[in-house]
Amino acid sequence: MIRMLSWAYLVLAYAFIFLPVAVLVAFSFQNGRLPVPPFKGVTLDWYGKVLGNDDLTAALLNSFLVAVVSSLVALILGFLAAHALARVRLPGSALMRGVLIAPMTVSTLIIALGLLNLFTLTGVRLSLWATGIGHVVINLPLCFAIPYAAMGDHQRNAERAARDLGAPEWKVLTLISAPMLAAPLAAAFFLSVTFSWDEFIIAFLLTRFDVTLPVEIWSMLKSGLSPATNAVGSLVFLVSVTLVILLELTVFRKRP
Amino acid sequence: MSLAAKDSRQAWGLLAPALVWTAAFFVLPFLGMVALSFANMEGRDIVRGFDPGNYARIFTDTVMLGALRNSLEITVVVTVISVVLAYPLAAIIAFRVPARWQRLALMMAVLPFWTSYVVRSYSWLLVLGQNGVVNKALLGLGLIAEPLQIASTRTATVIGFVHFFVMLLTLTIYANLIQLSPNYARAAQDLGASRWQTFAHVILPLTLPGVVTGAFLTFVLSIGDYITPQILGGNTELTLPQLIMLQLGRSGNFPLASALSVVLMAVVTLAYFASSRWLRLDRV
Repeated sequence: MIRMLSWAYLVLAYAFIFLPVAVLVAFSFQNGRLPVPPFKGVTLDWYGKVLGNDDLTAALLNSFLVAVVSSLVALILGFLAAHALARVRLPGSALMRGVLIAPMTVSTLIIALGLLNLFTLTGVRLSLWATGIGHVVINLPLCFAIPYAAMGDHQRNAERAARDLGAPEWKVLTLISAPMLAAPLAAAFFLSVTFSWDEFIIAFLLTRFDVTLPVEIWSMLKSGLSPATNAVGSLVFLVSVTLVILLELTVFRKRP
Repeated sequence: MSLAAKDSRQAWGLLAPALVWTAAFFVLPFLGMVALSFANMEGRDIVRGFDPGNYARIFTDTVMLGALRNSLEITVVVTVISVVLAYPLAAIIAFRVPARWQRLALMMAVLPFWTSYVVRSYSWLLVLGQNGVVNKALLGLGLIAEPLQIASTRTATVIGFVHFFVMLLTLTIYANLIQLSPNYARAAQDLGASRWQTFAHVILPLTLPGVVTGAFLTFVLSIGDYITPQILGGNTELTLPQLIMLQLGRSGNFPLASALSVVLMAVVTLAYFASSRWLRLDRV
């Protein structure tokens, strides 16, 4: 009985989880003007329209650029800080860990508003770079915490050995620490890319013209429901899922 | 220079970039925002000063109090429903699904996570709208005569949120359940505990930190979200983030928007202290 109920619950839960995505993808093929029932037959026109839309492809490139660059910056800053705090006992190190993690517990809207004030006051022009600064802020906690949690005695000993043999600190970092932490560093990087890629409010408030994909999709929504929006959403979904499967099969394979 | 002093100088050097970045682009703007929340608007100009008028307005104006109440109600309802739905799902995946399929089952459970956040809310609009899938299905089956008004109501916002956070919580709760040694449950049952007693007195307390951590994240992320209530809830019952964005857009009232953000921040801080006993943010 409990067994039956469990499987029934599992099926219902998956149905709930998949319902919106299934509807999204199905009606991206709608041969009509509205992505709602009745289904009027299959067409690929909307995909053609979307792929031929220059604003969308520009937004896609902007999103990709800001995601990769801001994640790299966050990863380097986070990794160096984690390395320092894991190695040397500094006065106030608990406080510094707290400060570095803090942006994680603050709504992105507040971070965005604070930066908007700062940039307006100091006359920094709102642009993709301003958005990138904000994305480093939201991803730094993650890029610090994940490598920090992964640093153990095993690694400290290897680093110490390298230093005893005369390696300068930058060599210890690039030849010992980073390769030993390859998996957590990759995990932190890809999580950051995902968050930045999908982030809306910072990109919306801090960019004027070179907008990112979520902001471009947002402005598509203003003109009402359209299968074109479904097509964009389905494409994003397809690309992300492919990427996740590739990562699962390569980088994260060894993880239990 | 001694070795220890050299070490610590080097450590400061490695720490500095991250600390400076966080100070310049997080701490400083936040303090600036708090300062701005005590400023005033005269026409289109911001007049700085120390005037608690914005806060007085927030706690007396019915629209603003209403937004605060809407946000709190929606967030609490979403957090409770999401935990209640996600826990059994995580438990079934952890204990019923064969071990070799668990990773796949988990990946499937969070698959829609990989659509864009904006698109996910939009998809629910297609499901819940006036001409949406749900209404067309119910009308077709003859269960209702008129389409239900779900989109542009609080219900739609809650459904959209619950969908997202069930995925997130299933992950965090599963991670907790799978770490539990089966010996705890075995010991309880050897000592004569029923299935229910084993769950209520052994499994649940052991997984409480994970549940509370996930619930706290749900609270923080949903109370600060603008997209979901804006797309699904519409403009009838505003939430705090919607009100903040209205202040920024329509009237350019940065001081009031800042004050509202400080209130939002205060609510999150209260939630943090309420749950800090069980929180394990470092283990997310």
